[in-house]
Amino acid sequence: MTSVEERREQRRHLLALAPALVVLTVLFVYPLLGIVTRSVYKSGYTLDLYRQIFRVPVYLQVLGGTFKVSALVTLVCLLLGYPLAYVLATRRPRTAQLLMIIIVLPFFTSIIVRTYAWMVLLGRNGIVNEYLMALHLTAAPLPLLYNQAGVVIGMTYVLLPYMILTLYSVMRGIDPGLVRAAHSLGASRLQAFRRVFLPLSLPGIAGGTLLVFILSLGFFITPALMGGPGDMMIAMLIEREVEITLNWAFASALAVVLLALTLVGFVGYNRIVRLERIFEGRG
Amino acid sequence: MADDGQRRGPGTVAVAALAGAVLLFLIAPVIIILIVSFSGADYLSFPPPYLSLRWYQRFLGTPSWRQAIVVSTQVAVLTMLFATALGLLAALALVRGHFRGKGAIYAVLLSPMIVPTIITAIGLYFFFVRFKATGSILAMALGHTVLALPVVVIIMAAALQGFDLRLEHAALSLGASRLTALRRITLPLILPGLFSAALFAFLTSFDELLIPLFLSGVEVQTLTVRVWNSLVLEVDPTIAAVSSFLIGVTTVVLGASALLRGRGDVTPT
Amino acid sequence: MAPPEGLDGGAEVRLQALTKTFGPVVAVRDVSVTIDRGSFFTLLGPSGSGKTTTLMMVAGFAHPTSGDVFVDGKPMAALPPQKRDLGMVFQSYAVFPHLTVYENVAFPLQIRKAPRLEIVHRVAEALELVRLTGYERRLPRQLSGGEQQRVALARALVFRPRVLLMDEPLGALDKKLRAHMQLELKHIQQRLHVTVIYVTHDQEEALTMSDRVAVMQSGRIEQVGTPAELYDRPGSRFVADFLGESNFLDAVVVAAEHDGRWRCRAAGGLEFSGMAAAALSAGQPVTAAVRPEKLVPADEPGAAALGASANTCKGMVEEAIYVGDVTRYRVGLGADGAVVIKMPNRVGSRPPSTGAALALAWSPEDTRLFPRASA
Repeated sequence: MTSVEERREQRRHLLALAPALVVLTVLFVYPLLGIVTRSVYKSGYTLDLYRQIFRVPVYLQVLGGTFKVSALVTLVCLLLGYPLAYVLATRRPRTAQLLMIIIVLPFFTSIIVRTYAWMVLLGRNGIVNEYLMALHLTAAPLPLLYNQAGVVIGMTYVLLPYMILTLYSVMRGIDPGLVRAAHSLGASRLQAFRRVFLPLSLPGIAGGTLLVFILSLGFFITPALMGGPGDMMIAMLIEREVEITLNWAFASALAVVLLALTLVGFVGYNRIVRLERIFEGRG
Repeated sequence: MADDGQRRGPGTVAVAALAGAVLLFLIAPVIIILIVSFSGADYLSFPPPYLSLRWYQRFLGTPSWRQAIVVSTQVAVLTMLFATALGLLAALALVRGHFRGKGAIYAVLLSPMIVPTIITAIGLYFFFVRFKATGSILAMALGHTVLALPVVVIIMAAALQGFDLRLEHAALSLGASRLTALRRITLPLILPGLFSAALFAFLTSFDELLIPLFLSGVEVQTLTVRVWNSLVLEVDPTIAAVSSFLIGVTTVVLGASALLRGRGDVTPT
Repeated sequence: MAPPEGLDGGAEVRLQALTKTFGPVVAVRDVSVTIDRGSFFTLLGPSGSGKTTTLMMVAGFAHPTSGDVFVDGKPMAALPPQKRDLGMVFQSYAVFPHLTVYENVAFPLQIRKAPRLEIVHRVAEALELVRLTGYERRLPRQLSGGEQQRVALARALVFRPRVLLMDEPLGALDKKLRAHMQLELKHIQQRLHVTVIYVTHDQEEALTMSDRVAVMQSGRIEQVGTPAELYDRPGSRFVADFLGESNFLDAVVVAAEHDGRWRCRAAGGLEFSGMAAAALSAGQPVTAAVRPEKLVPADEPGAAALGASANTCKGMVEEAIYVGDVTRYRVGLGADGAVVIKMPNRVGSRPPSTGAALALAWSPEDTRLFPRASA
């Protein structure tokens, strides 16, 4: 291809990219920049709003609470997700694919539906309490809704597929011959798991926890519906400042803080996901 | 002694049981809601004392719910068209083009997936409020397009990478113009991927809550926003019927997409 | 060299009526063989012959549908692989990518809770055995395929197993490296007196390294013997074809001669004598197999040495194929068929020319007869 044709080709491709990039720039990048500028402007350029976030106890509480809930959700997702991912990854691909449907269907269902389902299940007269009392496991209905327990359960339900899929993709890449080799060398099942499989699944654990944690930080719908008055998370605060107190500048500052945390998290995630390639030895 | 030579001990059973419990945890709520939506009683109990379609009648009988379905569908269809068109072009350029900065462009195109949706939503709100465009179907569709673009680009890039460029070259060598080759050779072969991407764009829009939460008007509400507003007030059993409807839409989209993928590997080697 | 202390030679391994089915598919069918202690035994066969499945049953990674494996008289069926104390080297090396060379080789000793000083000493010994001293700190991804294979070998030997199982370990190496490793493996085995059960589809490899070979096809053992026995006296057409090259001629039995010798007539009337393992009957269709190097041009001195009872035939040279150290000649025998002979390209040799008539002679002892199902 001559260079004239090459350049024409290149121009064609750039032209094809243009519409998507224009839409994103106008409707996404530009608004983001707008948020950032809003966050540092309050009758003059200032970092006051940020100071507000990190000085005023109420807001620090929200930040702290967001972190705490996110950490809790991440932990539960890891504990529940690892065994399932392990079982899936060590099955034949066809069986695994069939079981995957059970994971994928909730994954693509709207968050509002998933949250609502748990509201129905966890209420005082909800289905879970109904059965717990019928089985005499508890005398009075357990408060599982409109508190931190409810938020954690609801968010775990939504985020579990992310953890499972991340772990699964890493575990699938672990050569089963390695565990077999460990057995041939005398390792018991527990030893083979602890010394060979677990270390090799570490990139998946790191990636999964980071992903779920970052996503948890920005959650709004589930904590808003299932949490109590003391369970405010940062995204809920942003919404309140925009819709109710109309404090858009402050909301923007909060948004920037959330965005920064998210970006840091994703950079780390990217690094880990690439790190796992190194472990792919030959064989 | 199992077939692979390992004994099935208590540890294996425990792990399998835990995995099974988690699977149950994942699917049970969806199934329970589906079942409970047919409950004839005034409250949602499981299993329902008797079955009835009353909540569906309420759902489809109420004008505001019906209107919400219409709004959601309109927005989703527009999103599907916008996102698929823009995403297809972008994917074509990225997969076939040779230019610097591809990594950065990919990052920009995929960034709506990374940025928390609440931030994207308030950004769009600040933007559209200036044009008094809240409550506009077009505004919501544009907002959803931002979210759906990464999905379309990823699916289309994968489909295009699986496409054998030599087929297009063969068409060109036989005298077809670039556009004709694209239209008659490439497009038909990547059609399954294209439909799949379109379906996911539709679903992304139909399921979305945060963006329409900020961009909705009093009259113009998507289905999800209507559910949200109802939930904030009280847990109305009608919502179970609405939820089942949304689950149904998801299932149909996933099923159609899986069928398309099954028929998608037509590219000869 | 005497075996290292603590090792009094390899174990005897006995496979008894091993059968393995996967649903309707019979992968291994009634395999029985005894492998002497300290010997190098190879399971040879094409892919799908069941050789790897058999090895997996010995290792414990596949549970026999029926039959059992005995190591020094001890039955193995109820033991999972980790309790069998057998060393194994896999085709894919299976070297742990997250551990250094030292940690890989030390692994089995750590599992067995050996004291740290002993581990250091034994790992050094094992690495010296495979000539990887100095590689302790390296990670597998920094090693070549051959080096990784040697780490796998050191790891499998460091805990002094009495049996070493190897599943096509050299398959991924290039030809020169493979030939070199074959000799290394053989020397290591001789040095340690460990029993080796080796699986391969490469017949040259099997002939080079083994004390005894079992040729497998479709899940069954076709023949067991030393390399020489298998090569000179193949028991079936399959073995004659799989090991080395053979010429095949369709013929019919005419009459019995003495001592397992039979007179046959080929399709075009050519008569010759050959050896058969079992009794044949007059009129029975057979296939005769003769190795190319056993066919000698009648005017060469070697032909006279065959004696008066030698088989002879007359043909015409159709094609000459030069292969470097030898030249192959395709000799047409008319209606009887065609054969390929091999002649070394030595100084002063007078090669036959294409189109020339050529008479050949060969010994009845080198003619193996196998019953043929009439087509």
